[in-house]
Amino acid sequence: MSVAMSGAELAEAIREIDSDAVTDHSDDAVWVTPSSWPDVAEKLRDLEALRFEMLTLLTTVDYVDHFEVVYHLVSLSRNRTGVVKIRCGEGRVSPSVPTAINVWRGADLQEREAYDLMGVNFDGHPNMKRLMLWEGFEGHPLRKDYLR
Amino acid sequence: MGPNFLDNAFFRNIYCNLSESDDVRCSGGGWLGDGLLPGGFEWLAFLITAILMAAILITLVLNASLVFIWAERRLLGRFQSRIGPNRWGPYGSLTPIADAVKTLFKEDIVPAAADRWVFNAAPVIMMVPSLMVLAVIPWGTGTFLADLNVGILFIIAITSLSTFAIVMAGWGSQNRYAMFGAMRAVALLISYEIPMAISLLGVLMIAGSLSLVSVVEAQNVPFILVQPLGFLVFFIASVAEINRAPFDVAEAESELGSGYHTDYSGMKFGLFINAEFTATILSSAVIVAVFLAGGRGWGFLPSQAWFILKMVPVLFFIVWTRASWPRLRIDQILSLAWKGLIILAFINVAVSAILSFIWPAPSTSELWLMAAINFGVLIVSVFAISSWFGSGPVSTPRMSHDEALPRPRPAGLSAGGDS
Amino acid sequence: MTLNSESVIVNVGPQHPSTHGVMRLRVAFDGELVTDAEMVIGYLHRGSEKLAEERTFTQVVTLTDRMDYVASMTNNQAYILAVEKLAGIEPTPRGVWLRMISAELQRIVSHLVAVGFLLQDLGAMGTPLMYTMREREDVLDLFELLCGARITNSYHRPSGVFQDAPDEFWPRLELFMANMPGRIDEYEQLISGNEIILSRMRGVGVIQPDMMINASITGPMLRAGGVDWDLRHRQPYEYYDRVQFDRPIMDESDNYSRYLVRVYEMRESLKILRQCIDQIEPGPARDADVPFVIRPPEGDAYVPIEGPKGELGFYLVSDGGISPYRCKVRPPSLINLTLLREMVIGLPMAAMIVTFGTVDINMGEVDR
Repeated sequence: MSVAMSGAELAEAIREIDSDAVTDHSDDAVWVTPSSWPDVAEKLRDLEALRFEMLTLLTTVDYVDHFEVVYHLVSLSRNRTGVVKIRCGEGRVSPSVPTAINVWRGADLQEREAYDLMGVNFDGHPNMKRLMLWEGFEGHPLRKDYLR
Repeated sequence: MGPNFLDNAFFRNIYCNLSESDDVRCSGGGWLGDGLLPGGFEWLAFLITAILMAAILITLVLNASLVFIWAERRLLGRFQSRIGPNRWGPYGSLTPIADAVKTLFKEDIVPAAADRWVFNAAPVIMMVPSLMVLAVIPWGTGTFLADLNVGILFIIAITSLSTFAIVMAGWGSQNRYAMFGAMRAVALLISYEIPMAISLLGVLMIAGSLSLVSVVEAQNVPFILVQPLGFLVFFIASVAEINRAPFDVAEAESELGSGYHTDYSGMKFGLFINAEFTATILSSAVIVAVFLAGGRGWGFLPSQAWFILKMVPVLFFIVWTRASWPRLRIDQILSLAWKGLIILAFINVAVSAILSFIWPAPSTSELWLMAAINFGVLIVSVFAISSWFGSGPVSTPRMSHDEALPRPRPAGLSAGGDS
Repeated sequence: MTLNSESVIVNVGPQHPSTHGVMRLRVAFDGELVTDAEMVIGYLHRGSEKLAEERTFTQVVTLTDRMDYVASMTNNQAYILAVEKLAGIEPTPRGVWLRMISAELQRIVSHLVAVGFLLQDLGAMGTPLMYTMREREDVLDLFELLCGARITNSYHRPSGVFQDAPDEFWPRLELFMANMPGRIDEYEQLISGNEIILSRMRGVGVIQPDMMINASITGPMLRAGGVDWDLRHRQPYEYYDRVQFDRPIMDESDNYSRYLVRVYEMRESLKILRQCIDQIEPGPARDADVPFVIRPPEGDAYVPIEGPKGELGFYLVSDGGISPYRCKVRPPSLINLTLLREMVIGLPMAAMIVTFGTVDINMGEVDR
């Protein structure tokens, strides 16, 4: 039994949910489109074959020309892990991704942290405020262009 | 001045030196000779004597609270497997003095938003009840300030004054933590006054007097044996009244910072602390007088020494409880008072009433008989109350066992290398 | 006449004895009861993730020490496992065993601190805290023998550990292992059966297991809710598949079960330590061929481990350079706080403090 679902397996599963969702996949991750994400996330959690009950890690990476949001999912009942990535903010313009808080409550603080430090906006989050830094802080320090 | 003042050996020793009294108990004068003041100045002799006595006792008790602070800190150190204060003086015995000096020199801060009058008056008022209780405690045979014939009533009335001080401190500070502490303290003090007063009724029925001197005289058998249930309730209630663990919700440093005296500094804070420790000493003195036969002991030590010796285990027990038990929650404390202690106190009153109806003036052997009956009542009623209050059986974790070794390592995860 | 009342808003923290550092809670009270709570954090934010982008992969180890500063070894371990996965480094067997020994010792320390400060929150005048600190000192002495540091260890390195354990380490470890079971029994006698503890902690702060899973809560909290989820068992890393241990599981999911699970996990850690000592093999403690400055290939890696407070992991992205392109921690302390508001609403103030204590957070890790 494989613990980590390969990108191909996951891509296959997601294509069954929404045929247009997957844009790419690698050995261990799959890329989906932001618009399909709320639907895909709910199915990833609820479908009997997948059952990713827990979003363990949500993070963002600044790849200079675009941003990437990385979701590490775990299925406790299946003992499997999966990685889903979303590209957003092409050309560094207003990166935003639909929130996953309605599917996984655990996204709450992690999305706020990502917004605070990386400036990725999570649409639909009920409390999109800064978490670590104070209100009124300028810029998002984890971005590569943040002056140090 | 009534003649009963001269029964007080403590008073007589000073008074007879000063006045030319022709009372027979003053015959031969004092040890300094007869009458330093001319005749007709008995009132002055009385005044001087009274002030001197009060000053001596207050000084002694305040110093005793310093000793108690040191003893408590050393004891807590031992309970907590550490050394405790050991820098100033032998075994750190001068630490409280160093602390007192430090407290005196600290800046006295009054918060800008505070109600100055209330804020400044609170620590002073806090000291008053603990010092006034001093007056009626019989420290030994003939050693007391005043033998009030309502002594016990006086104690209960006076100790409830500290409620005012705490509310004033909490209100005057304009601090929410202080206010929380004050509200808790009021709820606690008012609730515990009731079981405290009721638990003493049994003692009064047997002793037939409210005067502490008569209560001590009535104890041919210490009342801790004759009135075990009354002692239990009174002890718990007095620990609650003096805000010590496990009833220290008014301070509750893990929840409220330090409760009603959060905003106090310098000597005002010192007064609060001193009042707290003085109150502890005095409540143990009351317990000794009412339940442990006061200064009565065997002849090889003076009665005052017996009194103080008996206070030591009571104080030790209070410190011990503080070291080992966590704090109760305020709602649990109140339900303990209203649902537990008051019921126990009333059971005690009922049983004592029946017993003192059977033996109106008990002899020593009859007191022993009462003790036996009351111990039976104690065991039954405490068991009943605690099985009502107590929590159910404790569950332990179930152990989720492994399958046999070596377990299969899932593909894709290794010690770190191959993926 | 109607009684007008309004709720009082109190700032619990950032300077408060029971917020375990510089946590701030804005709490609305109705009398003693909590009606609303909001978490304000960031007072200890040091930008560790940004700092990591400026250091070499090995230098970042020192930053991980300062995240969860009562469990430095497990932080080191989680980071090093991610680096090894990213760079494809194979650790030496002795190094892995030493890492497991230090990590299990650190788990004991972390649980000791959690239990001690929890009892402090309950108002126990520091006695249990002093007892747990006494045992913590023993472990810190062992760490001092291992690496010279007591708190900020920086002991783990890619391919193993920084240095082999000295000879005097092993008898000291044996002594500790001989003492510890009796000490844990002592805590249980002092704490577990105490009526006040039971009445204050049982049935308080209950949270449903499916809610916890949905909110990504892991570690002892989840196991106290009846979910048998321990990454050492379910997704074994290092040599955890070669040791046998039980997972204490409780179904109550209240404050008391969270406390008791931690106490029992200390015993299981001792079991694991015993098996590690029996199975450790001679050899180099690290691979001398692994350079100090490593250049992992482009890619990303995430290895979750079972930290003392929950799932702990580092998500590393490499662009082929000498320092991480992105270094993201999965902080169990922060994520376990997700449901704090739901847990404390309706509780009295004292129970709120205790519930907060049983989550067992470390502000160094929450804020990073």
